[in-house]
Amino acid sequence: MSTEQAVLRLENIKKSFGDNEVLHDISLTVHPGEVVAIIGASGGGKSTLLRCATLLEQIDAGEIHYGDVAVATTGASGKASYGKADVLRQAKAKFGLVFQNYNLFPHYRVLKNIMDAPICVQKRDKVEVERQARDLIKKMGLEGNEDKVPCELSGGQQQRVAIARALCLNPEILFFDEPTSALDPELTIEVLKVIRQLAAEHMTMVIVTHEMSFARDVADRIIFMDKGVIVEEGPAAEVINNPKHQRTREFLATYGG
Amino acid sequence: MDITTMLGMLCEGLLVSAQIFCVALLGSLPLGVLVALGRMSKFKPLALLMRLYISVMRGTPLMLQLLAINFGPFYLFGIQLDSEWKFTATYIAFILNYAAYFGEIYRSGIQSIPRGQHEAANVLGYTRAQTFMKIVLPQVIKRILPAMSNEVITLVKDTSLAFVLTIPEMMSVSKSLAAREAGMMPYVFAGVIYWCFNFVVEWVLNRVEKKLDYYHD
Repeated sequence: MSTEQAVLRLENIKKSFGDNEVLHDISLTVHPGEVVAIIGASGGGKSTLLRCATLLEQIDAGEIHYGDVAVATTGASGKASYGKADVLRQAKAKFGLVFQNYNLFPHYRVLKNIMDAPICVQKRDKVEVERQARDLIKKMGLEGNEDKVPCELSGGQQQRVAIARALCLNPEILFFDEPTSALDPELTIEVLKVIRQLAAEHMTMVIVTHEMSFARDVADRIIFMDKGVIVEEGPAAEVINNPKHQRTREFLATYGG
Repeated sequence: MDITTMLGMLCEGLLVSAQIFCVALLGSLPLGVLVALGRMSKFKPLALLMRLYISVMRGTPLMLQLLAINFGPFYLFGIQLDSEWKFTATYIAFILNYAAYFGEIYRSGIQSIPRGQHEAANVLGYTRAQTFMKIVLPQVIKRILPAMSNEVITLVKDTSLAFVLTIPEMMSVSKSLAAREAGMMPYVFAGVIYWCFNFVVEWVLNRVEKKLDYYHD
């Protein structure tokens, strides 16, 4: 596959917090329909990578491209420079992010949580948005909860609302930042089921997760990150079942992958 | 003097008190937003200026501020002002004083909203203004309502301080009535009326609180 087709292209990303270099020269390309799982111990830079890709953090050096939209580029100065506001807006329309803690808007009912951004940000027609929102609610198995507020829902239900909220903006790529880390095993299953279904529909996704068997089953490609670098990367089954690097083997042993 | 006349006079005073209350509230509620935003500004001189302003407003008696604003223009700059000025001075003093308190309450509310709410709104593409108006502010209002209720009720009682500028509000009226009658009854009536006024204020604020009780976070 050529790079022209890539939904997301991260090149040589560097990111430090003070003296602590969290991302050391990370490159990652995601193609349409691909599901990429990022695994690794806490503090390895997985979440920071996701936060940089979703523009919640600024990179120090490197390049971020969404399709043909150049979000951040690095010239001869070696310092990353970001595009103007309208470029960032274009890029933001291309991705969605599902947070570990859902971050639903507590004062909005479920339907409004899902519909508000498509109407207020994308300026789409209310009737059309509502039709899509109700379809998504059905798909997420949330029928009957349209008029509830988030605090009336379980964590698993809240996370599924958050997924519907992200999907309703029709993103080209969806990021998940440890989507089940705040959930107990039973609720984890219902959220993973939804993500599996999206994978089966060839939704392009990048998932940071600690669920190794899930990553193996659902991802096309697995990336193992440690101390700010990509240690190992390859087809899912290969990385999980037959890791090449010592560090990957150690990690998978502790996680019982 | 019969009780009806006395109550009639006190109610006239009450109207003046209520007017000070309303003008002070209408002025200080929005001004407080600017104070809070200024206080949180990344532009250091503005933030420092706001801190100083808040510190002075909270650190000196409101009665002194009333006197300063009323007499300051004459004693400092020799400006002659007409007899209506004392009303304007009262409004200015109350608005400036309460905006400082409201500003700090707003700030506590704004800063208590989790970062995740801003980040979620950011990723969904909301502008900063949309994020503040649609996501942050409604949640702030719910959170600060109890603290605001305290201030609003205090404001009802603080209107009585306007008596130092001989504004004919209810406290001044009851004072002169008490002097004329050589008795405590006018004060008793005034106290009951203040309490009734605040009873209404409490009722309204409780209604708002109930209305926002449909969710918690």
